[in-house]
Amino acid sequence: MNEMKPVEAARYVGQRVPRKEDERLLRGQGVYVDDVELPGMLHVAFVRSPIARGRIRSIDTSLAREAPGVYAVLTAGDLARFKINMLSFYLSAPAIAIAPLATQRVAYVGDPVALVAARDRYLAEDAAGLVTVEYDEEDPVVTLDDARSGPLVHPDTDTNAAIAMGEEHDEDIEQRLAQAPHLVTATIKHQRVAQSPIETRGVVVDKHGDGELTVYISCQSPQMAARYISLALGMPQMSVRVISKDVGGSFGLKVQPWREEIAVVAAGIVLGRPLKWIEDRLENLTAANQAREQEMTLRVAFDAQGHLLASHADYHLNNGAYPHGADCNIAVSMFLWAAHKMPGFSFYTRGWYTNTAGLAAYRGPWAMESLARETVLDIAARKIGIDPIEIRRRNLVTRADQPCTTPFGIPLEDITPAECLEILLEHLDVAAFRAEQAAARTQGRYLGLGFATYIEPTAGSAGISVLASDVAQIRVEPTGKVTAVLSTHSQGHGTQTTMAQIIADHLGVPFEDVSIFEDDSSRGGFGAGASGSRQAVAGGGASIKAAELLADKIKRIAAHLLEADPAQVRIEAGVIRVVGEPDKTRSLREIAELAYGEPERLPPGMEAGLEVQYRYRPPPLTLTSAAHACIVEVDAETGFVKIKRWLCSEDCGVMIHPAVVEGQIAGGLTQAIGCVLMEQVSFDARGNPTAVTYKDYLLPAISDTPDFEYIHANTPSQAVGGFRGVGEGGCIIGPPTLVNAIADALAPFGPIPLELPLTPTRILEVIEGRSLAPKAPGHAPPAAIPAAPAPTDVQPVPSPLAAQVPPPAADSSIDGTWKLVLATPLGPQTFNGRFKSAGNSVTGSLISDIGTENFQGVLDGNNLKFDLKVTKPMSLTLKYDIRFDGDKLTGKVKMGIFGSAKLTGERIER
Amino acid sequence: MSVHGIQVTINGRRHDASVEGRLLLSDFLRMHCGYTGVHVGCEHGVCGACTVVVDGAAVRACLMLAVQADGAAVTTVEGLAGADGGLHPVQQALRDEFGLQCGFCTPGIVMTLAALTSGTGPPGADSLLAALSGHVCRCTGYQGIRRAAQKLGGGTQGEPA
Ligand code: FES
Ligand code: FES
Repeated sequence: MNEMKPVEAARYVGQRVPRKEDERLLRGQGVYVDDVELPGMLHVAFVRSPIARGRIRSIDTSLAREAPGVYAVLTAGDLARFKINMLSFYLSAPAIAIAPLATQRVAYVGDPVALVAARDRYLAEDAAGLVTVEYDEEDPVVTLDDARSGPLVHPDTDTNAAIAMGEEHDEDIEQRLAQAPHLVTATIKHQRVAQSPIETRGVVVDKHGDGELTVYISCQSPQMAARYISLALGMPQMSVRVISKDVGGSFGLKVQPWREEIAVVAAGIVLGRPLKWIEDRLENLTAANQAREQEMTLRVAFDAQGHLLASHADYHLNNGAYPHGADCNIAVSMFLWAAHKMPGFSFYTRGWYTNTAGLAAYRGPWAMESLARETVLDIAARKIGIDPIEIRRRNLVTRADQPCTTPFGIPLEDITPAECLEILLEHLDVAAFRAEQAAARTQGRYLGLGFATYIEPTAGSAGISVLASDVAQIRVEPTGKVTAVLSTHSQGHGTQTTMAQIIADHLGVPFEDVSIFEDDSSRGGFGAGASGSRQAVAGGGASIKAAELLADKIKRIAAHLLEADPAQVRIEAGVIRVVGEPDKTRSLREIAELAYGEPERLPPGMEAGLEVQYRYRPPPLTLTSAAHACIVEVDAETGFVKIKRWLCSEDCGVMIHPAVVEGQIAGGLTQAIGCVLMEQVSFDARGNPTAVTYKDYLLPAISDTPDFEYIHANTPSQAVGGFRGVGEGGCIIGPPTLVNAIADALAPFGPIPLELPLTPTRILEVIEGRSLAPKAPGHAPPAAIPAAPAPTDVQPVPSPLAAQVPPPAADSSIDGTWKLVLATPLGPQTFNGRFKSAGNSVTGSLISDIGTENFQGVLDGNNLKFDLKVTKPMSLTLKYDIRFDGDKLTGKVKMGIFGSAKLTGERIER
Repeated sequence: MSVHGIQVTINGRRHDASVEGRLLLSDFLRMHCGYTGVHVGCEHGVCGACTVVVDGAAVRACLMLAVQADGAAVTTVEGLAGADGGLHPVQQALRDEFGLQCGFCTPGIVMTLAALTSGTGPPGADSLLAALSGHVCRCTGYQGIRRAAQKLGGGTQGEPA
């Protein structure tokens, strides 16, 4: 079970110690990528597409090449020799070809077409303006509606649905929904937002020596960036060193290098000169990958008392043209009812391509599940006539209900959202608020109270190889000071502080004596850094294990020298003592000098030095729970929302640093406030971005945030150290908490639209019962595209199978070897299939990097069906249903609760 | 392109330079003079990260040309620490209240607070908070920044602005 050390061992963990990062950052002595200067360095500006969709007819760079200070102008052809593949975060190849610079077509406004390298950025931008590109413009596909009915965004695909999973029509669920005493249906729309770190993206590349590459980049993990760069460039043999000291926020945007960064790296190799590209804010708000833009129609059935009976979620995601991963955000469906007693659930989920900037992660990428569930629970409570607190009490999984499993089969052992809610209610007098609310309404003031609860998957390590483990290398230097090199990385997270707290405790040394390094890929081992709220759990666990190994070695050395029992040796504040023998002490420095310099005095056979490494694999999933409440006042005259109180009751396990935990929650909640009230990436009908500066793209200011109140519960997790992740939660639970409070405030006026952002205009529409806003042009389909049906009566997407399969050709056989591509939630998986038929039966095997699986199938004409049991990443029976025609095949694979995925294939050998 | 000779005192040191007319003060301070504590977050005057003090007033270095600083005294975040090298009271307050995470917005916030607290009397928390509404921090949710401002302004002033 829990391997946590006794709490009395902790001296720094749990304390609000001053952050190690802050002194340099407050003095302006941080080193961000734009602070790197190299001799002979050139500056890059991009030439970008001014249209959303079209063919490049010609590019004329001649004038630009002659412009003052210009060193080179490069287009896609100049980088062609690298055969660059823009991989996903999972390091799998994308479903569609993605080049760093546009080749024949452009697919969104801002698509990079050419790159200018010049003496300074001013001159590079001057010259970029002199590049002439001629386009054949085509009508773009901008909205989800456009994607469903418009032309293909990527002409070499057969549908704009990048991926579809789940079951649109599940007979059993449909019956349960139809027969239930209460059925609530709502469509929830989340707008597109920009992650908007205050430091934009940026990269400096320096090719030197014998094909070595040093890359400085603003990222979430130098290890990940180094691995990505060498794989994307197809140069696994090249030595790539990535340095990333300070990063000015990321929130998912910089989780992997993307087109511009890779273009600059490749250009740096081609030109043999150091290059720097720093994204400007205009580029960041238009051409950088963005986030969210999704909608869900959620149907939920309840019994007469408000207990959940069944649910179906129909979900659409606008992936843009070149998303980091062309997926359908399966985690939304996975966690929608994960913390609830939900007897029956099915879903249908699709990710669509459009001619807009691609999607990237943003703090809690699956946050839609909480927004949809929590807002619909409130609607249901109103409809059934019970209190919003009560409907949660009746349906949440409590401690007493565990262990149990979610509808997706995820084991629950120690989640506490129901308990967090009860703790929260001890700090909030709901009855008094209701009285105040009623009195205020008589004076024309509209107060509202909203609740939400959730669980958050953190430090997931199962089934995603890049997230499997983290590593800590710790050494006591000969000076007695401690140096730790970790695969964690901070973009504000403060891991130089939190990891030092952990190591100081477990090694028994002063916090001041521990230095953490996580900024250089050549110094340490692979780890994905900051992603999926994993650093406390995975990095913290690795730090504990490594520190324990090192403490053990120090104790054995000391026992040997002092002729004591190792079990009686203690390390406290950097001094080694023997219990009960006050004269037997050594300083850590003395032990270290000896371990490095006089190994002959060590216990027989012991390795010299004081250096250890531990690679820690956290549990498959560590769940964090929370309940939030917020009180708002909506100004009925202006439609402005004032947040008066916000309570956070969260359980993130053992807390390393309360101020860091609270900082993560507050930052996430403020981004949530932005999502709900003001932030919006918008496009006109031609796909032109219409919020391109911070004057149009509004971010929450200090005056928009309340003083958040925190209530910490601390149920230790199963992970070493008992930690749980807390990086994303505020951004997940914040939106429904605030939306529910606004809905409660406006209840006298009727329901509010579940469409973000709830700007003053939208709120006034509710209050005044009339439509003030002209239809946003971005939501109207372009003229050339026939109007799409409203989301509620969307025509089902034809299944790839039904739509695409030509009539069977009687004479073909399935025998031979096929290259197969399965569109999974983690991106396309490629493997080989070997088939051998005998009459109606087929024997065969599927062969991939991880092994070979054999099966027996049944042939019916040109249709082959077979089942395959797999155990990784979880136990599932995969049901293959394949149609082949000549040397091509299509089909689908039913993957248990994950629904169906599309399979395509090509015969490579008869 | 026009080139101009300018003389600017930065953090107490005189800098003589020839600059192009279009060179931003932010770029001049960062690239020509090495004061990389001046951060550029938007280049259009909204985020406040580039804030420096010019002749006693907090200004956005991305909205000013280097030539406009000719003859001026500029203080950047690098020039704030006391003679003993200790943190300026504004820096110390932000440190004590955990008013930063990634640190990118921080120099601008420090300079605005330093300019407004440089007078003789306490500036009042309300005026500090009002000035801070012109700074964007994407990390902290402003909690520690607000606590620091309330401390520096001379105590809590009830409900935040
Ligand atoms: S960079 Fe000057 S205000 Fe944003
Ligand atoms: S600390 Fe990151 S933007 Fe303020």
